[in-house]
Formats: sequence, structure tokens, C-alpha cells
Amino acid sequence: MSDFTTPPYLLQERSSVRRVMMQVLLALLPGVAAYVWLIGPIIVVQLAIATLAALAGEALMLRLRQKPLGLFLSDGSAILTAWLIALSFPPLAPWWLIAVGTLFAIVVAKHLYGGLGQNPFNPAMVAFAACIVSFPALMSQWPALGLEASFLEQLRIVAGIAPRIDVMSGATPLDALKTALKLGNGTVDVPTLLATQEVFGHFAGRGWEWVAGGYLLGGLWMWQRRLISWHAPLGFIAGLSVLAAALWALDPQQFADPLFHLFSGGSLLGAFFIVTDPVSGCTTPKGKLIFGLLAGLLAYIIRVFGGFPDGIAFAVLLMNLCVPLIDMYSQPPIFGLKNEK
Amino acid sequence: MLPRLFSFKGGVKPQTHKTPSVQEPIGLAPLPARLYVPLHQSIGGVPNPRVEVGERVLKGQVIGGADGWLSAAAHASTSGTVIAIEDHLAAHPSGLPTLTVVIEADGSDEWIARTAVDHRSLPPERVREMLRDAGVVGLGGAVFPSHAKLAAAAGVPVEELVINGAECEPYMSCDDVLMRERSDEIVRGIAIFRDLLDARRVLIGIEDNKPAAVAAMQAAVQAQGEDYQVVAVPTRYPAGGAKQLIRVLTGKEVPASKRSTELGVQCFNVGTVHSAYRALAFGEPVISRIVTLTGNLERPRNWEVRLGTPLHELLALGKPKDDTDRYLMGGPMMGFALPGLDAPVVKATNCVIAASPAMFPPSPPEMPCIRCGACAEACPHELQPFELYWFARARNFGKTQEYHIFDCIECGCCSYVCPSHIPLVQYFRFAKSEIWSRERDKKAAEAAKARFELRNAREEREQAEKAARLAKAAAARAAEKKSRPSAAEPAPVEALAAAASPALAADSVDAALVTPPAKSADQPSSAQPALDAEAVKKATIVAAMERARSQRAAAPPRNTEQLSPEQKRQLAAVDARRAALQAEEVAPVAASGASGETAKSGEQQGTAE
Ligand code: SF4
Ligand code: SF4
Repeated sequence: MSDFTTPPYLLQERSSVRRVMMQVLLALLPGVAAYVWLIGPIIVVQLAIATLAALAGEALMLRLRQKPLGLFLSDGSAILTAWLIALSFPPLAPWWLIAVGTLFAIVVAKHLYGGLGQNPFNPAMVAFAACIVSFPALMSQWPALGLEASFLEQLRIVAGIAPRIDVMSGATPLDALKTALKLGNGTVDVPTLLATQEVFGHFAGRGWEWVAGGYLLGGLWMWQRRLISWHAPLGFIAGLSVLAAALWALDPQQFADPLFHLFSGGSLLGAFFIVTDPVSGCTTPKGKLIFGLLAGLLAYIIRVFGGFPDGIAFAVLLMNLCVPLIDMYSQPPIFGLKNEK
Repeated sequence: MLPRLFSFKGGVKPQTHKTPSVQEPIGLAPLPARLYVPLHQSIGGVPNPRVEVGERVLKGQVIGGADGWLSAAAHASTSGTVIAIEDHLAAHPSGLPTLTVVIEADGSDEWIARTAVDHRSLPPERVREMLRDAGVVGLGGAVFPSHAKLAAAAGVPVEELVINGAECEPYMSCDDVLMRERSDEIVRGIAIFRDLLDARRVLIGIEDNKPAAVAAMQAAVQAQGEDYQVVAVPTRYPAGGAKQLIRVLTGKEVPASKRSTELGVQCFNVGTVHSAYRALAFGEPVISRIVTLTGNLERPRNWEVRLGTPLHELLALGKPKDDTDRYLMGGPMMGFALPGLDAPVVKATNCVIAASPAMFPPSPPEMPCIRCGACAEACPHELQPFELYWFARARNFGKTQEYHIFDCIECGCCSYVCPSHIPLVQYFRFAKSEIWSRERDKKAAEAAKARFELRNAREEREQAEKAARLAKAAAARAAEKKSRPSAAEPAPVEALAAAASPALAADSVDAALVTPPAKSADQPSSAQPALDAEAVKKATIVAAMERARSQRAAAPPRNTEQLSPEQKRQLAAVDARRAALQAEEVAPVAASGASGETAKSGEQQGTAE
């Protein structure tokens, strides 16, 4: 069906799937930089492992499906999935966990559903959900902050040749708060915890604030370049913070403030890089807003009341299920027919 | 005082490439030795040849008379001898030949007797007729007969008359130079359209990348003391689409299901206005037009070209460069690749572009849709092109209609921005033509069914009549026999009469054919007359459908196996882009709604008028 020798295909904007993906990867860099500053260059290693696994999985599936290898390998979509996995998994997760997660994302969540553009679920989130269910312990071990581990040590941990025990006793700030509240059983309150525990910084997790800030920066840049529209991120942020604000207002002793939630866990990574995934998300402006809003609400509920350290993956997957429905009922009126119906 | 401007959603900003062709004033293309004037140069009926081979014709003489109301006459564009009336390659994407009058020029370029008229001194009906017979059609490229657009919709006064000088299509500059050089005549011509439509306001929309044209038009309006508003509209493709320009200037949105006059607005291209003025004020029918000759040429320029000039002769004026590999008619967004350079310049030829691989590099390979929504953002009609694409690909045509495929004007904005380089418009054309052909098949089947039922009803009725006659005769005989003492075998006769009686309508059959049954009292059952009444209704419907069909100018053939050349031409006209869309619109206008189709405003399609 492809015939580009006639109008209207003679003129085309200089855009391609590859350009889009590369720009998204570029937008991730500020967050990645902050992450490296916080944890160490091991992050780069993890990104590389995920990238290699993704490309290998992609090549294998393309070969099996008899698709042009060069064209699709270079489209950047697999790399983006890989990076999102590497950035959402625990930074010192063993290399094979990252690799298995990425392969699962590419082979099952992407290609078995038809490849680029066809997957109903966000592959990175499928990988996250699958791994947290299959390897709950590994997926909740975060490096304890302040416990200095050299790059070599980190490398040995990731490679699986060093014991994971000591350094890995940490938790994400989100988890730390939840656990402390649970253990305290009413005797501790959020403000004191935030003020006293070392894991917390100015308004969220120490250092993590900066990582989240990096994602925010990248996200705003993408919005400014019109790579993403504001609907889904704003919806997500609104959903998360409205619920957080409401509960915080009701009981500030037991619930952290919205700012804490926004800058903790994968909130901003999710807001700008995951709920904005065009393939598995809604397409209409109104649909994107609804999608983001509900995903934000769900993420909060799962993260605060559920058993997992963070709720974004499950929230997004649940919302992916609703996409066709939301899209169908949020079709915008067309030119000339706005006053009808 | 500037009117408030509105904006339309979407649109794109391709490079315009207009400057090279406006460096020189309009040139007068030389008279070719032979002119190939196709009879059918507009939407609507194919004009009937009015000349014979060997006949001498004068410049401006009618060679094809308008066929019906929705049609426009064709004229000889110079004096000379008709040497053939034959099928000749047409400037049409299908590459099919069309009936063409070949004129050998005698060089004297002798005019017919021309009479100038003042449109104000004539009844509007007469002015419309004159425009039709002068061959005035939309010169923006849509070639919809102008006179057919010059009537207000019932009960809706025309608020605004929009004059389209936007010319948003890249490379094209014929309207630009026309406005610069002949603004005076354009402004005079506007009065014709304003008076015929009784429009309250006149808005002239010109893209703001043509300051010279804006200034010239403003000066002309002022000089003539008219109250027209010349408005520079933001440059954004497809701002020159009639619907987009109407939106920008008036805020009104004309959907595909309506004609713009139903919303009290009408739109004409500046070139059309100019040609109408020449037709009335000078008695000169449309025998030439301004054509932008640009692209990969030594000498890009606008030319005033006689209709029927072979394209290769026109192109020779521009001296195509060596690496030219194809030629386009229309712009790079809404035009098409010319099937050959033997085709002549016609009324739709607004621009001819010599293209080279360097100018239009091949597109990167197609990728799957990533649902990024860029296409939806760019669509000026606020459609969801990727949804249309999915449904068209899945051949789910019902869904494409639900998602308003017929509101798509094929402007190409969606494929312009698509990062996956999907030829979206091609899928939309495919879906549209599939839907049309299905619709045609359905209508044909319905007509056949109606015919079948009608025949059944008639046969039943005839049988009943026959039975009734027999019964009557039998009854008479029986009565006769009864009157005699020796009544032999009465039973069978009575049985026959009884058998016939349920359907008995003996004396009321004929009446029932004309009027509904009135005398049900003496009938055991009124089923038969009811059937007849229904048959009458059906007959009326079928007759109306037949009428509508025969009136539809570009009606496609029902049997696609054995096509006459004429039918092929019609089919090509229907299937081709834009022309197709507009050909469909012919029905509501021509058959005045006899077929009950929704009146899509065909004249609104395209970047033209
Ligand atoms: S622009 Fe292309 S890739 Fe993006 S949604 Fe539209 S069709 Fe799909
Ligand atoms: S071609 Fe049709 S769908 Fe695409 S942008 Fe134009 S009107 Fe919209």
C-alpha cells in the first residue's frame, strides 16, 4: 500500500519513530544523571545490561517473525523499554534479574502481542509486575543510603559474587515510611519520621528528590517539544496528589503530604515516561487525562494501602486494560459537528 | 478595522517554495499549433459536442454545450479547424482518455462576436445561465460549476461571501500573481457574486505570506469604494481549503453533511471571480487560465495558458532540468502525478511542478502506527486518522464511517506529520471507494428487489383478475343452469367460484390500481387491493429511483464487467480523488434530493473552492 511517489506524501516533516524514541531517551538523561550521582556508575552498567538484553530479545523476535532487523532494531523503542526497566528496578538488582525482566518485556509483552505499536500493556511495567511477583525479595532490596559501597563492590553485588546482605538492608523512602508506620503502630507520626530518619531529605527521600526532579525536568522538556501532551502527566500528578492531599489533610500524622508522594518512588518517572506511552495509553486528549488521573489514584491506593513498595506498575497495567473503553467514550467532536448531539 | 479571526485546529507548515515562480509577471504562453480541448472539464454533466470534424471554429465558440444544470460549457480557445473529436489522454490521475476536440489553430486568433453585459440589468437566473454557458467553474482546482453555487439555501440568507485568495498549497502562486496584477478585475467581479447571493459582507482571505497581493487587493477595494474586507490570514496549510478559510474568517464550521450556504456562507476562488468578470463584462468565456509552472526548472514562472495547450509545450517554456523524473499537477499536497505530458492544460490545471528526486526524496520505510496521535493533532477536521487507518486496514468500513471518514478532505496533513510514515490518505481513499461501491451495489440490489416484488405483485394481480373473471363467468353459467330444471354437476362450479372468491376483486381491481380500496364490504378480504396499492407505491418509488439514477450525472455503471469507454470514463471520474467526492455530490443538487441522499457540499472540497 506504500506509495510515496505522489502527493500528498511528497512533503513530510522530518520525524520518525526513531527520532521520537531518541528524544525520549534524551529526556531521561537528567534523571539518569541524578541517579548516578546518588547511587553510582553502577546505574550505567544496569542500563547497558538492559539495553543489551532488549536488543537481543528484539533481534530474536524480529528474526522469528521475519521482520526487517535493521529497521526495527534501530527504532529505539526496545532501548526505551530497557531503560525504563533499569530505572524502575532496584539499582543493585542482580544482572540476571534485569536481563530476565527486559527479555520478558520484549518477548512476551511486546512481540507476542504483535510488536511495535500493538502491545496493549506497557512492556516495562509488565516486566516490573512480573518480577515483583516472582522475586519479591530481590525486587524490594534497595541499597542502604550512607552505607558507602565502592563501584567495584556494587559491581560484585550485581554480578552476584558478593553477599547481598549488608548493603542491601535499605528500602526506598516510600517503603521506609510505610514500614516505620506499620511497626510504630500508631506511636510514630509522619512529621517526626521525616524529620528524624536519615533516609528522608528536604521533602521526600534524600537524594531521591533530585532524581525525581531530573525526570520532571526531562518531562517538561518533552512537553515543550510537543513530544507529549500535558494531559496524561497532569492527570497522573493530579490523581496522585488529590488523594494524597485529602488523606494528609484528614490525618497528617499518618499520611505523608502530596509533595512527598510526588517526589518518591517512581511518581515522576511514571507521570512523564510511563503514562505517556502512546502505544499502551489513551489517544484522545480527554482519554489521556482520564487515564492519567485514574492511574494516579490507583497508584496512590496501591502504594499506601497495598503490599507492594510502589503501585505505579499495577496502576498503569490496570489502566491499560481500560484504554479501549476510555478511548471509545472520549472521542472528541469533529470539525463542524461540535454543536450536534 | 480588522474582523476577528478564528482559527482552525491542526494544519501543518511545510516550506512554501513560492518565491521562485513570482519573480516575473504573468507571461502569455504562445499559441500552440494544435489545441486539445477536453469536453469534460468540470464536475457534473459531460458537455455534448456542438461542432463537427472539419468545421471552422472561432475563438470563444462553444464546442461543448452544458449538459443539464450541473455542467459547464467548453469553448474553442483559438480560431481554427476542428480536425478530430476523439479520445485523448487527460490530465487526470487515472490516465484514462477523455473525449477531446482537437483544433488546428489558424493563427488569426479570431474571436466570436462578444457582448458585454451588466449583471445588474439581467435577472439572476439569466446571469447564472450565462456563467454556465461561459464555462465558469472553480479555478482553484475543484472545477465545480460556479453558477450552481450561486443560490442561497432556502430560508438562510447569505451572511458572508468569502473570496479565497489564501493559496496555501506549497509551490503554487497563480492566485498570488493574479491578485497582484489583476486585482481591479477581481474586485469588480466580486460584485457579480455578491449580488447573485445577496451577501451582506464580503471577506477576502489571503495568507499573510503574500503581502503584495494583500496590498493590491486592498488598493483595488479602496479605489472602487467597496466595503469588502481584505484579511491577511495566518499562513498554515490548509488555510486555503474552503472550509478552513470559512472557519478562519467567519468562525463557521461546515461539516461534510452540509452545504456552506445552509450556514449562510459561500466561498469562491479569486481566479473564478476573475473569469466570471471577464465572461460578463467582456463576453469572454473561460478559454485560458493562469498556471504556475515551477519546480525543477530553469525558469519558473506563471503563465496565462490557453486551455487545451499540450503540457509538453507549456513545460518547454520553463525548461525542465535534466534530473526531472516526473511532473505533478496541483501542489505537492493535494495534486497528483501526471500520467503523461500529452495531456492538455484544463480548467483544473492550477500548477504544474517538475519534480526531481532531490526535491522530493523518497520517504523512509513505513513503520507500524505507534498511536502517537500526531496525526490527530494535525488533522484540520479534527478526525482521528489513526483510528480510521486501523479500521480501513481491517476493512471495517462501518467503523470508518462512524469515525467520520467522509469528513476527511484528503489534505494529507496527517501523513505529513506521521513519524511512522504511513500513507494514511491512501487508506482513506481506499475505504471511501469501497464504501461507495458497496453503496452502489446495495442500491442496485434494492432496485432489483423492488422490481422483482413489483413483478410478483403484478402477476398475482393478473392471476386474481383471471380467476375472478373465470368465477364470474362460471357463476353466470351456473345461474343460467340453475334457472333450468336439470342442473347437472353444480358442485365443481361453485367450488371454483368459492376458490376464486377470497381473492375476489373482480370489479374493483382496476379501481384499486388507481385508488385505495373503498368497497371492502362485499369483499371477503381486502388483502388484494392493499397489495395493489402497495404495488403502486413501489412503482412510484422505483420510477423515482430510476429517474434519480438517470439524472445523476456521474452515475457509475452497475455492471462493471462490460464497460463502454464512456462508462469507463465515468467510473474513472468517480473513483478518482476529489473528483470522486464531488461527483457524488452531484446527485442532491441535480436531482433536487430525489434520491434522498445527504447533500454533502461537494463544492466545498479540496483546497479550491
Ligand atoms: S501519526 Fe502515524 S504513528 Fe502517530 S498515531 Fe497517527 S498514524 Fe499512528
Ligand atoms: S487527510 Fe483527512 S484525516 Fe488526514 S489530516 Fe486531512 S482531513 Fe484529516
